[in-house]
Amino acid sequence: MASVEADVIADRDDSADLAALERSWREPPGLWGWLITVDHKRIGKRYIATALVFFLLAGLEALAMRVQLARPENGFLGPDRYDQFFTMHGTTMMFLFAVPVMLAWGIYLVPQMVGTRDVAFPRLNAYGYWVYLIGASFIYVQFLLNTGTDVGWFAYVPLAGPEFSPGKRVDTWAQMVTFTEIAALIAAIEIVVTVFKQRAPGMSLNRLPLYVWSMVVVAFMVIFAMPAVAVASTFLLAMDRLVGTHFFNPAEGGDPLLWQHMFWFFGHPEVYIIFIPGLGFVSSIVTTFTRRPVFGYVAMVLSLIATGFIAFGLWVHHMFATPIPQLGQSFFTAASMMIAIPSGVQIFCWIATLWLGKPRFQTPLLYALGFIVIFVIGGLTGVMIASVPFDLQVHDTFFIVAHFHYVLIGGAVFPLLGAITYWFPKVTGRLTSERLGKIGFWLVFTGVNVTFFPMHFLGLMGMTRRVYTYLPGQGWGGLNLLSTIGAFVIAAGVIVFLYNLAASWRFGAPAGDDPWGADTLEWAIPSPPPPYNHARIPIVQGRAALWSMTPDRPVVVGLNETRREVLVTTVMDAEPDNRQESPGPTPVPFFAALATGFLLILLVFTFQALWIGAIPLGLALFAWAWPRHPDRAWRLDAEAGR
Amino acid sequence: MLNPAGPQADSIFGLWTYMWIASTAVFAAVMVALAMALVRGRRRDAPDVSEAGEGRARRTIVVATGITLAILLATLVASYLTGRAYAVTPESGRPLQITLIGHQWWWEVTYNDSLSSRSLSTANEIHIPVGRTVVVKMTSSDVIHSFWVPNLAGKKDMIPGYSSTMWLRADRPGVFRGQCAEFCGHQHAKMALLVVAEPPAEFARWYDAQLADNMPPTDTTQSTGKNVFMSHGCVLCHTIRGTDAGGRVGPDLTHLATRRTLAAGTIPNNRGWLGGWVMDPQGIKPGAKMPPNDMRPDELQALLAYLQSLR
Ligand code: HEM
Ligand SMILES: [Cu+2]
Repeated sequence: MASVEADVIADRDDSADLAALERSWREPPGLWGWLITVDHKRIGKRYIATALVFFLLAGLEALAMRVQLARPENGFLGPDRYDQFFTMHGTTMMFLFAVPVMLAWGIYLVPQMVGTRDVAFPRLNAYGYWVYLIGASFIYVQFLLNTGTDVGWFAYVPLAGPEFSPGKRVDTWAQMVTFTEIAALIAAIEIVVTVFKQRAPGMSLNRLPLYVWSMVVVAFMVIFAMPAVAVASTFLLAMDRLVGTHFFNPAEGGDPLLWQHMFWFFGHPEVYIIFIPGLGFVSSIVTTFTRRPVFGYVAMVLSLIATGFIAFGLWVHHMFATPIPQLGQSFFTAASMMIAIPSGVQIFCWIATLWLGKPRFQTPLLYALGFIVIFVIGGLTGVMIASVPFDLQVHDTFFIVAHFHYVLIGGAVFPLLGAITYWFPKVTGRLTSERLGKIGFWLVFTGVNVTFFPMHFLGLMGMTRRVYTYLPGQGWGGLNLLSTIGAFVIAAGVIVFLYNLAASWRFGAPAGDDPWGADTLEWAIPSPPPPYNHARIPIVQGRAALWSMTPDRPVVVGLNETRREVLVTTVMDAEPDNRQESPGPTPVPFFAALATGFLLILLVFTFQALWIGAIPLGLALFAWAWPRHPDRAWRLDAEAGR
Repeated sequence: MLNPAGPQADSIFGLWTYMWIASTAVFAAVMVALAMALVRGRRRDAPDVSEAGEGRARRTIVVATGITLAILLATLVASYLTGRAYAVTPESGRPLQITLIGHQWWWEVTYNDSLSSRSLSTANEIHIPVGRTVVVKMTSSDVIHSFWVPNLAGKKDMIPGYSSTMWLRADRPGVFRGQCAEFCGHQHAKMALLVVAEPPAEFARWYDAQLADNMPPTDTTQSTGKNVFMSHGCVLCHTIRGTDAGGRVGPDLTHLATRRTLAAGTIPNNRGWLGGWVMDPQGIKPGAKMPPNDMRPDELQALLAYLQSLR
């Protein structure tokens, strides 16, 4: 195998090395240190926290919508407000919460799980977070001024075009999409390169934890999907709106369906981008809480990859009601139904794992089980609406709203809440309360079903989506009221969940390195992890890294502790290849993000922004590219013996 | 959708029934498997990593995946057959041709006859004869809308620059509510229409009545009302055939009083609501493209008398 040799940790006196490691990875204190850090854990944490704030905001918007719909002809939100609320709810949940929070967990966890010290490009990583924060705040400032976007999160033209949506509402939305795309692409690149080039020796691809596999698949999906919406929103839509081109304007030979194709070519994979990391969470949790590796590793990995591919062949099922050829539709029906196979295989594998393992019913596992129940329901309705004739009835009704909330809440929110409970001890060093955790779980689980199950029937009864009200005579009042009550139960559950986190953060019992007896490498690090993660890069000996570790715990030696250095390994087998210096704290990413934000925001108002904004951005990039060390990479020269 | 009144809604209802039963069965099976797994696992002393255990699990999963595939294929076939029957317009008889144009937020309805003198334009209410195939051609004048009458058939998008076609048929008389299904702006919620299916003879009577131009007012209140109509903004946007009013921005009002609802299915068509609508459309349907009107009470009363005479 590797030319690196094993070392027995217990035999070494490494306090001197540790002190050096501490020194080179130390972070400056205070606000300034907070601004300039490039530590993937600090950035990951703030990324997750920011995304959760947006989750709460979108949740409040959802509650407001549910109050408005609780009874017919309610006056709580008028049409303009309601339209802003559902647009912001959808936009926030999809662009500002779900995708970022999943990528953020990847940024936090992946380096620890593959046994390296930081992501591949730490400064770019910091830049990505700031860009996301600026873009997200920008659209919320607009929303708070009561001029939020009001054309829905898929912003169909011509409604979203210059003629029917004058003003800056849609432009801001399109620009926000740009910001989040930049951030998502950066996170995706970080994850791909970190996984392919920085795994600990011995972690060949067939030993990669399932969670890391899910993040790799998602990262590739981001890289393939984002350009479509980037072109559509920031280029064509913005051009139509700001420069007066007519890409989507039927009166001038443009095509409104072009937008739908481009949007859904991205938008459908987007849904899978949101829940594939959730599948990864579930695999981690199921492994740990059954004390057994997930059954069918190869089948699981192939299913993830297959899901990633098929996800790009489904987009037309959002457009069955448009005048497009019949034959094409049948193809998309078949593809949409077949994607149930890889999802089904994964569910079967988890059930088999539970069957063969010895489940411990702690909160994270409850969320994983809740995920299975809810996700299966969402999957079954998904197969139904893949059918063209059935979809023609329920398309754009509350049946769809029910379906995609089952998929998204089941596939993303439940795994996420489970993941937060599961990794909280690692992040903070403290245990959460099991009792509160379980209360929170049951509230959320009940609430979700009470809220969304009745919506299936509302849809079948003819209630279309995105309506700010309905008439008393339509007989939809009862089910809507029930659904609203359910939404408040969810809210109660979320409050209990958050209270549990907050209280545990202060008063929770110390967690120790590995409170759950888990199998992946991050649990070999102290909790909370030191800036350099692993004091010594471990050498991995099996799929379940910690469970298969031999008692002598071999590690890599030969990295230089007196500066920030990471080990670069080969793509397939993770054999040591290089040492590479990893940059330290710097304000450059922050200022570069400010400059980017300045340019993009100004661009909403004037095209002059292109050159005005280029000046600060150019300066920032200049500072970024300023050479620091001529020799960035060294051959792995030092190899030490036992 | 759950209460079909035509062949298309009916076949989709059949498909739904099948899918509903299949899904319930699959869901129940997965839940039973999950519950059994949890019970088993709980009783175990240590996780089973034996070759025998893995082998059994592998066989079970292969079988389960096979069953899933079979159910999916069956669903695919069922869906395909339903879809084919759904899409093909029946050959028999001479279909009734209707053109539908979506506007923010109302429906323009045109009946096309080979004799142009027998073509007819109205709004927000479609009458069809029971048992006869209706071919609806549609498009939009502004943003994307979608035509959907759940009791009769699935929906079809109305896209500016595109013309889409669908057919439908009512097999029993009734008044069926339809609704715009594609978000089209602030009053998407209140963009409904009624489809009135009636026996052929009744339909023919309705058709002939609608063809007629508007009769001149029969009393002085009504003719005052007519003057109010012609001297206020109304005339800029609405058509009343047989008068000078020829606006095309809003719905045709020639036979307004025969319609069941106002403002695209939003409010009942009676004197009180009509008055409220004319004075303050924005209070009833905020954002609607009709401005509020300012007139004296006596003018309003006369106007209402006139509008209610438009039979
Ligand atoms: C917290 C519980 C939630 C509640 C009570 C809720 C409720 C709602 C409601 C009432 C609507 C509007 C339906 C309409 O008028 O057509 C809606 C739309 C939507 N929701 Fe949620 N939701 C929740 C969570 C989520 C989550 C977790 C996601 C995604 C990760 C999500 C994504 C969406 C999207 C994409 C839309 C469509 C917006 C549009 O039509 O443009 N929601 N939700
Ligand atoms: Cu509409």
